[in-house]
Amino acid sequence: MNMSNPGILESKMEDKELYKGYKGQSLETLKKFKAMIWCDVEVITSDGDFIGIILPRSETADANHIVLKLRSGYNIGLAANKVNNIKINGRKEIQYKIPEKEFPYSPKKPRVKLFGTGGTIASRLDYRTGAVIPAFSPGELYGSVPELADICNLETEKLYGVFSENMGPEQWKGLAEAIGKEIEKGVQGIVIGHGTDTMHHTAAILSFMVQNSPVPIVMVGSQRSSDRPSSDAALNLMHSVKTAAESDIAEVMVCMFGPTSDSYGLLHQGTRLRKMHSSYRSTFRTIGDIPIAMVDRQKITPLRKDYSKRRNDKNVIINTAFEERVSIVYYYPNMKPDIIDSLIDNGYKGIIIAGTGLGHVNKPLYPSLQRAKDNNIAVYMTVQTLWGYVQMYVYDTGRDMMELGVVPTANMLPEVAYMKLCWALGQSNDLEEVKRIMLTPISHDITEREPSNGYLIYQGGIPEVEEFISKYRK
Amino acid sequence: MYDFEFKTFEEMTPDDYSRVGFMSGLEVHQQLLTEKKLFCRCPAGLYSNHYDAEILRHMRPTLSELGEYDGTALMEFKTKKDIIYRIHHDTVCTYEMDDTPPFQINDQALDIALEIAMLTNAKIVDEMHIARKQYLDGSIPTGFQRTAIVSVGGSIPYKDREIRLIQMSIEEDSCREASDIGHKRTYIADRLGMPLIETVTYPDMKTPTEVAEVNDIIRRLSRCTGKVRTGVGAGREDVNVSVTGGTRIEIKGVPSIKRIPLLTYNEAMRQWNLLRIREELHRRGITQDKFEYRIDDITKLLRKTYYQPISKAIEEGLFVKCVTLRGFKGILTWKTQTDTFFSKEISDRVRVIACLTSLPNIINSDSQENTLSTSAGLKIRKTVGASEEDTLVIVWGNQSDSEMGANEVVIRAREATIGVPSETRQALRDGTTGFERILPGPDRMYPDTDLPPKKITKERLDSISLNTVKPYWVYEKWFDEIRVPKDLRRDLAGSKFIRFFETCVKELKIEPKFAGIVLIQYPKRLKRKKLDIDLLTENDFRKVFELYSENKIVKDSIFSLLEKIIKNGGYSDELITEPCSGKALEDIYKSVKEELKSTKIIKEEKREKIIMGMMMYHLRSKVNGSEVYEYVKSRNFGK
Repeated sequence: MNMSNPGILESKMEDKELYKGYKGQSLETLKKFKAMIWCDVEVITSDGDFIGIILPRSETADANHIVLKLRSGYNIGLAANKVNNIKINGRKEIQYKIPEKEFPYSPKKPRVKLFGTGGTIASRLDYRTGAVIPAFSPGELYGSVPELADICNLETEKLYGVFSENMGPEQWKGLAEAIGKEIEKGVQGIVIGHGTDTMHHTAAILSFMVQNSPVPIVMVGSQRSSDRPSSDAALNLMHSVKTAAESDIAEVMVCMFGPTSDSYGLLHQGTRLRKMHSSYRSTFRTIGDIPIAMVDRQKITPLRKDYSKRRNDKNVIINTAFEERVSIVYYYPNMKPDIIDSLIDNGYKGIIIAGTGLGHVNKPLYPSLQRAKDNNIAVYMTVQTLWGYVQMYVYDTGRDMMELGVVPTANMLPEVAYMKLCWALGQSNDLEEVKRIMLTPISHDITEREPSNGYLIYQGGIPEVEEFISKYRK
Repeated sequence: MYDFEFKTFEEMTPDDYSRVGFMSGLEVHQQLLTEKKLFCRCPAGLYSNHYDAEILRHMRPTLSELGEYDGTALMEFKTKKDIIYRIHHDTVCTYEMDDTPPFQINDQALDIALEIAMLTNAKIVDEMHIARKQYLDGSIPTGFQRTAIVSVGGSIPYKDREIRLIQMSIEEDSCREASDIGHKRTYIADRLGMPLIETVTYPDMKTPTEVAEVNDIIRRLSRCTGKVRTGVGAGREDVNVSVTGGTRIEIKGVPSIKRIPLLTYNEAMRQWNLLRIREELHRRGITQDKFEYRIDDITKLLRKTYYQPISKAIEEGLFVKCVTLRGFKGILTWKTQTDTFFSKEISDRVRVIACLTSLPNIINSDSQENTLSTSAGLKIRKTVGASEEDTLVIVWGNQSDSEMGANEVVIRAREATIGVPSETRQALRDGTTGFERILPGPDRMYPDTDLPPKKITKERLDSISLNTVKPYWVYEKWFDEIRVPKDLRRDLAGSKFIRFFETCVKELKIEPKFAGIVLIQYPKRLKRKKLDIDLLTENDFRKVFELYSENKIVKDSIFSLLEKIIKNGGYSDELITEPCSGKALEDIYKSVKEELKSTKIIKEEKREKIIMGMMMYHLRSKVNGSEVYEYVKSRNFGK
């Protein structure tokens, strides 16, 4: 790239926009006939003539086809090597834009702040990948979900625009601090738009970084992107905004569909939930307990009583300590000790093991666990069954492991234990202090008891389950 | 300008249709015969009204690729319907319920679509792009139908001209509607996701009969591959109709070709009459800009009415709205279709958009029907300030529905000053059409971000064309040459055995008429005997014809041999009856003659029949009846 000649650079940039996604033969063909994207054209090919608009092409698609939007609205790909001529009849660049409308203000309604981090809840078409990319603005949101104005005065702020798998310590800290500032300003509730893949990770770390919040902090996303008519985004947004504005639950929560039907959402404790299906709408489940509440368009129905109540003060505690060198090891039979060794050798300070059953790993790992202890590395045990408690006293192997310094974490979920250990190690290198932090329940991350309805996975096919399903919309 | 008046259906001539500028095009839907659905691996073609669970969804409009909202989408959103899906575990998975992204397109279905496209000489696309076509009526839980263009252009021969095709697409079928009452619409989801093709023609048809005939050609063309579904609902068509000055109107989901002529006739008449109404309104000085109306709540005025639908509504706490249409006197009773009036246009809109589904949902002052008393009518006129020249339309429902209903009355009445509104219409049983929804445009198309474009390779097309049939009309020309009887032609040209028939005639040298009878009529007769004729394979027929060519079986034994093959579950050498020698025929004749001597024949004219019956008892399937007859005839029937 010739940096000394900005003109060339500029025209190259422009080229890229005018031929977005095209390369190789298809790009040459377009250039030969001076046709660019958004040109209204008649393409003369050896197969016949086609009339339409040239569209951008996905960058991952091949170099041999030109995409044409026909008058009927359908798209087709034409082989570039069959093109004999392109007649250009005009050009009109398309701006894909959700209609923006200013969010109306009503002095009687509570003030809710919506933070955007990215994800499916507000997304739009992207030609680069052909997939959906995040988009976010208050006006856009009001343009597509005007019902929000009936609930509150909504302010929005786009903090990040990333897919949830790209969320990391920088974003978590930034988010916690932004929440603290909003509470200082006296907001009545906070909603955080977030991709669903790692929503339970972010919910967990926020539960530790933001404590004693006087107002609801509600995370929300969608499983079907908002560019489709059947999206769960709008209803999830309404539910979460209603919760933030009206509920008396001052906890870090996730608000997502209860059933797959458009009927109600569930408010899950930030430390007790997990994404359980790769694509279902009702993917989030509270594990080892019941959800805090149900929410629909009309009302919020608490299911538990032991949540923190909304207050009028601003006494929130923000603690964004974070140690990045922590890992989760998902144990499998035949695991070799070098897995643990490589973490030790790479300077990791903490390891969460997701063990089998009540919290076990095989014997060959013991020497490495001893090494970890000798290297002052914090090692904690969780269960990969997700439901249930670590119980290391039941079998000898468990006792052996505790001798090796492995600390059981009761019924803390593996991802939650991971986040908590990052947070604890961020505060102290003293393993005793770390242990005190880890084992002190902060936000239902460890609970004293698992209620008998805290584990309900009904098996399809069984007559009484089928009867239930036939009666209630899932 | 619109002085022509529609005659009855029977009296209309091609010249009359030409006078009104009748034009019609088709969108023919045809389900493909595949094992599985198009974008998931659920079994295809299993239908049942039984269901295991229900799911509730709502639909919201979204932007198209070009950044616009679609009119239909906004209309459907206005209706605020609860959409219920009934699902059966065996036929619906998480894909159909939009809880799992699509799997790769079903290659079997795509091959069939490509094969049919090739028969029309269409241009197959080089790269297929799967689009989402929005449907907010709920008929598809995603809110869109996955669809892709397979081919562009092509044509089919009709009379002495060509009917041009616009395109053919492959797409997933929608749900079956179970009910639609008030704000609740219920669908059965089993049909959802079934692969089908849609063939779209240019508006090249000039009379209602032509539309039906062209539709028949398209249907038969796809059937001649033997790879499409048949039976109720497997083939459906949307018919586009317009007249000079009118609008392209789509009549959706016509279930049978037979109903097309009357429907298109009525639709053309409706458009023509709407244009006549516009002319009349303009004559009265009522244009789009000068259109005047008012809406009043008249619930209080009608507290004491005896008109049952309204008195009941008021009793239930509902509201009654009155729309005054200035200068509209008489317009609502103008005829639009056979036994149908302009008021129906308004009532339809109120029913669909305001969800006021129990009829009557409006009454109007143009109608002579007994509804409100004269004094009540006068009282309303006085209250709302309406003159003799104005038409009153009354609608009732809960607050929001009655308001929306009144607004729809205004919207539809105003449209009368403009012409024929763009809409899709239902095919009704009496041959008329009814409002279904606003006609969607290209704005509802959106690329499917879940699936990448699919290249259609030359190798794939080559391998399909190696094994494909010829269009049935090519065979029909050939039938002329080889003199296949007329009653066999249609079935034969559409038969899955047509290529084998060619082999029979050209290679096995079987007489065409006989080959046709064995391949078409015998299976029909066997089916009437409740036998499963799908068990007869091409190889079975080939074996039978070979045996016949080699004189190993007689012609008359073939029917019973086929019957035995079905019952046996396949061909086997033991099933055949070997032909008799001349000696055996002579022996049997002798013994029959002896037997006859001891029998007294009362009616001598029955002798032929009796002796033939006795001979055939012994010789059936071993000697052809005609030969036996010739033999006994030459022996003077045993006299």
